Amino acid sequence: MSVRTLTIDGQPVAIAEGATILEAAKEAGIHIPTLCFLEGVSAVAACRMCLVEVEGISKLLPACVTQVAEEMVVHTNTPKLQEYRRMTVELLFAEGNHVCSICVANGNCELQDAAIKVGMDHTRFPYRFPNRSVDVSHPQFGIDHNRCILCTRCVRVCDEIEGAHVWDVAQRGTAAYIVSGLNQPWGEVDACTSCGKCVDACPTGAIFRKGTTTAEKQRDRAKLEFLVNAREKHEWTR
Amino acid sequence: MDLQELLEMGKQERDRQDLKQTRIRCCTAAGCLSSGAAAVKNSLEAAVTVANLEDSVEVCGVGCLRFCGRGALVEIDPHRILYEEVTAENAPAIISALSGEERNQEGLPVQGDRQHPFFALQMPIVLENSGKIDPERIEEYIAVGGYQQLHHVLMEMTPQEVIEEIAKSGLRGRGGGGYPTGLKWATVAKMPKGQKYVVCNADEGDPGAFMDRSVLESDPHRILEGMAIAGYAVGANYGYIYVRAEYPLAIKRLEKAIQQAKKYELLGSQIFDSTFDFKIDIRVGAGAFVCGEETALIASIEGKRGNPRPRPPYPAESGLWECPTLINNVETLANIVPIIREGSDWYASIGTENSKGTKVFALTGKVCNTGLIEVPMGTTVRQIVEEMGGGVPDSGTVKAVQTGGPSGGCIPAEFFDTPVDYESLLKLGTMMGSGGAIVMDENTSMVEIARFYMEFCRGESCGKCVPCRAGTVQLYELLSKFLDQQATHADLEKLKALSYMVKETSLCGLGISAPNPILSTLRYFSEEYEELIQQDSLNGKVTV
Repeated sequence: MSVRTLTIDGQPVAIAEGATILEAAKEAGIHIPTLCFLEGVSAVAACRMCLVEVEGISKLLPACVTQVAEEMVVHTNTPKLQEYRRMTVELLFAEGNHVCSICVANGNCELQDAAIKVGMDHTRFPYRFPNRSVDVSHPQFGIDHNRCILCTRCVRVCDEIEGAHVWDVAQRGTAAYIVSGLNQPWGEVDACTSCGKCVDACPTGAIFRKGTTTAEKQRDRAKLEFLVNAREKHEWTR
Repeated sequence: MDLQELLEMGKQERDRQDLKQTRIRCCTAAGCLSSGAAAVKNSLEAAVTVANLEDSVEVCGVGCLRFCGRGALVEIDPHRILYEEVTAENAPAIISALSGEERNQEGLPVQGDRQHPFFALQMPIVLENSGKIDPERIEEYIAVGGYQQLHHVLMEMTPQEVIEEIAKSGLRGRGGGGYPTGLKWATVAKMPKGQKYVVCNADEGDPGAFMDRSVLESDPHRILEGMAIAGYAVGANYGYIYVRAEYPLAIKRLEKAIQQAKKYELLGSQIFDSTFDFKIDIRVGAGAFVCGEETALIASIEGKRGNPRPRPPYPAESGLWECPTLINNVETLANIVPIIREGSDWYASIGTENSKGTKVFALTGKVCNTGLIEVPMGTTVRQIVEEMGGGVPDSGTVKAVQTGGPSGGCIPAEFFDTPVDYESLLKLGTMMGSGGAIVMDENTSMVEIARFYMEFCRGESCGKCVPCRAGTVQLYELLSKFLDQQATHADLEKLKALSYMVKETSLCGLGISAPNPILSTLRYFSEEYEELIQQDSLNGKVTV
């Protein structure tokens, strides 16, 4: 296995060939914000929060899927990136109906964390107030589309770890939303094994355990990583 | 089939055509069909029967005759008389005028001027058979030399030589990006042996563009032959044509062409008794603009949701079912046969230094002559819009021409002397795109145009990445604010900032280019935005 050396924010990093910039940064203790990225499932580079600047390349590159290269010079926190990240979070807040005060994930929400991190105290864009639904047909869980940011982590975790593929995306553009089964109520989807991995994967309060009240949602994110490791590396103890 | 049989078939068809003194060619491309071309053809056939001229006159349906704005079009050979706006009622007069004596009789439609710059400045390479042959008969394609280049390539050239020939020709991707075609082919060819694919991108979705449709409807075998040559060059034995469902006639003709080619063993196993197999299938797109983006197109062919994915890996490395895949646009593939036939030197002698060959444009909008044109690269915008297009009807003035569809931008009238090539257009802040050219007159509101394109992109965004999904919505709302005269200077700043953000952070070409119409109109027509900014009514000062 060969090793690549690169510079991230002025800090030299050595990492195995084939690793992504995100992995390299994590190893160096440099935090790059992400929303759609989830350890253990495939990366889709959809939220654009992890975009970084690489010297010599005019395009901004998503750290989660860009592999490191020898002598790469990466900047993860330039004023331009800060501005674009903030705008991304603003766009997300304007797009859905995110009311932290009544959300199960309040205080335990990655969107909320991202907003704090990028310093978003208000959004410059008018709220869209979309008319979205809540599906609580499942006996144990519920999905509130008002809080969904379409990161598709639930889609991937269900497909790639549980192997059930209950979730998918319907429609397109601003009308896109997460569907269960063949656009059935979640409770009627036979494929659902009620494993709850989607609840653990959801970065916001969109998918939750029933009976959870405001600010009570807890996730066991390590469980997902454990499962992937168990499968791929045959490590069966936690 | 071997070469002898192929040549014999072509000769038979030419002999058959020569038996008739007159060939009446009716345009049966989608544009003219919508102007009643089917009825025109039927009544012409009936009139030929009535006049008892069946032995000397043949009525045939051909592909696009170019002057789409004046359909239905009918051309008479060998005199090359072009009739415009023909209706079924004109048929008897057209037939009786064939004798040459009654040219000015009543009931005869308007005659087109073949010397007009609209035709005279054209240089048909891609469209050389368009309007000449019946696209539904393989015999006519073979009669004009069809499939001979495939034979030539299979028998006398190595894949490497084919790629070199294409590379030397200087052909660049006609889908809009302008990536060197030879380089793309070489990349796929260099991938390790194994399953590879050739894909023809016929998902033309730009508003106002219909070049690919015309080529597919007028000369489908040309695409099949081009794809087979590409397949041989890169080592692929399977091809897909991804065509949008909105082009039913193109799909029908392609299907027919594939059937015919299979029947004569010009597609399938051991073509011309060589070791080369090549099959082609059609995949019909369900009408998403984003599926023209190559990675989304691949996902769609695989039966998945048409979402783009980040590149690299590029399709040349990992495409359909993770196999190396060559994706070329319709017009790019249509250029292959003439390049092989005439040689790369010939092709490279046409056009400009960095943009070789010709480009097909769909000229539409506020222009006298709308239709399909094929001009050498380097032709100026003025020649296209003013000479060929004849300017704005009712002696209006041209304000700008929009090229490149939603991914492109506007060229204002003061830059009309710019030659049309990839680099010059990019310098002007627009792009070649697939070749839509929409002319705008002085009454056009550029903010309105920008909003039109943003509405399109907003509706066509796949929704995968945040800037494109949510950003285009906000851009549309901001533009509406301007048009409602509710915008402030702060909104103008916001519009610019968000445009750059969407452009720089989106995942695929759709989002990356979505703000282009805004940025381009801001560049040349910023005063139109300023004029729409709300004035502070209290002291006459502008609100900031």
